[in-house]
Amino acid sequence: MKKKKTWRKVGFYICFILLLCVFLYPFYLVVLNSLKTNKEVILDALALPQGLNFEGYTKAFERMNYFQSFANSLIVTVGSIVLIVLISAMCAHLFARKNWKINKIIFMIMVASMIIPFQTIMIPVVKNFSALNLTDNLFAVMVFYMGAHVSMAVFMYHGFIKNIPFELEEAATIDGCGQMGILFKVVFPMLKPITSTIVIMDVLAIWNDFLLPYILLYKDSLKTLPLMTFSFVGQYSTDYSLVTSALVLTMIPVIILYLLLQKQIIEGVSQGAIK
Amino acid sequence: MKKKNKALKNTMSFLVFAGPAVLVFFAVILVAFFNGIQLTFTDWNGLSDSYQYIGLTNYANALSDTAFWDSLGRTFKYVVCVVAFTNIIAFLIAFFLTRGYKGQGIFRVAFFTPNLIGGVVLGIVWKFVFSQVFTQIGSKYGMALFKNNWLSTPDSAFIALVVVAVWQLAGYLMLIYMAGIISLPKEVQEAARLDGAVGWKNIRHIVIPLIMPSVTIAVFMSIKTAFMAYDVNLALTNGGPFQSTELVAMRVYNEAFQAENYGVGQTEALILFAIVAVISIIQVILTKSKEVEA
Repeated sequence: MKKKKTWRKVGFYICFILLLCVFLYPFYLVVLNSLKTNKEVILDALALPQGLNFEGYTKAFERMNYFQSFANSLIVTVGSIVLIVLISAMCAHLFARKNWKINKIIFMIMVASMIIPFQTIMIPVVKNFSALNLTDNLFAVMVFYMGAHVSMAVFMYHGFIKNIPFELEEAATIDGCGQMGILFKVVFPMLKPITSTIVIMDVLAIWNDFLLPYILLYKDSLKTLPLMTFSFVGQYSTDYSLVTSALVLTMIPVIILYLLLQKQIIEGVSQGAIK
Repeated sequence: MKKKNKALKNTMSFLVFAGPAVLVFFAVILVAFFNGIQLTFTDWNGLSDSYQYIGLTNYANALSDTAFWDSLGRTFKYVVCVVAFTNIIAFLIAFFLTRGYKGQGIFRVAFFTPNLIGGVVLGIVWKFVFSQVFTQIGSKYGMALFKNNWLSTPDSAFIALVVVAVWQLAGYLMLIYMAGIISLPKEVQEAARLDGAVGWKNIRHIVIPLIMPSVTIAVFMSIKTAFMAYDVNLALTNGGPFQSTELVAMRVYNEAFQAENYGVGQTEALILFAIVAVISIIQVILTKSKEVEA
């Protein structure tokens, strides 16, 4: 009986370590080849690099305008998420605490809208944003993300706030707290777990989004990181040293964040997925 | 007087608290959605401010657009493959990673990694792997499987798309299934084991019926993601060779922004939305009906 258990354990580790290697193999290949010259890659993509060659990195870094694209991605992601959290929490608090008809109707519309895929609104979005002269405008991109992500955030906050006992807020009212004060001093601190779930889901979605910036941002100086990577790789598609270096540069910020916050990210995504 | 005051106060607090979120949501999503429906009845050319209403012409054009229906058929095949493989693999990984073996946290973290990175970047990664590395492996070790570039023939390029999608999505669905399996009551598992439900029997008759809520979510997510796949499609094959891997989301994009048939493109986008909505609803009803209480 015990022997059977040990064998099972060995089988598990063999299978899963193999599976893990297969899973991570593409990443390994990209990092490996980013340290080679293009000639070495074409000659043998599996061989170890003959010497550490960082030329691909310096060139890609410069030509991708890395700092600028990174900053653009950061501005858009942080800016829109701060605003999403703020306005969604306010809205959800009102919806959860005031049983007005209009609140119920709008809440239902928001929930229903979550099944609308981006492709369905992509063409009118381009049309309307162009008509208002809002293409090539990072703030406009942020506004779009706010519109696209508030309904999910309101939905999640709403469910969470409903489970917070109302008595706490009543006590605060008696202490002379206004509605704003209640929200930010009493309720908001309690929303921490759900806020981190929302932030994590939205960071992944917005930081990695491609199609919206692709149709709204044309100037190189405004491009976000995924957008820049795509056009850069299109330009230098045959220089594999450059391509793989660019890929590593694009992936590294997220991977670092993941290594630091893996527990929170996994937890957040799991929570977000089953809500 | 008092009543009026109260109404004013309520209106104010609605405007202050719900106002910003409701406004930005209506302005961006709802306006665009209804505008999109309106556009399907016009001949808007993408540039001019003016357009004419042309009745159902766009619908007639969309119905007779063979490239659209071809891409839709291809997308169905793609969705079936991706949904089936991803869910099976994700479930199996989740099952074994909840058995209490040491180091399962590390495996979980690693399998999730592809989901942190955008589809375009992943597409470029795999394009390099398929066209550069695999072909070298093929010629170096004489492996017939990798002899030709997978991205250069229609069938293998389609398989490549499925492989990348499964590889990416499996880690995400794994988390959903793990959450489901972890929340299974211990007593039920224990009782099942005493009754002789072990191994496959345990999975088939105990675990799967009890985690049907997770199955509902995971299948729903994978159907939606697979139908809307664009990023990997663009970066990995760009619909090629010869439009043979052009999925429907890419068809809609190309019809609108490349062929500049905005009306037809928007109509096709709306048809796609209707199809996905109907399929998702049927799926949710079907899997929900299989949910049981523990």
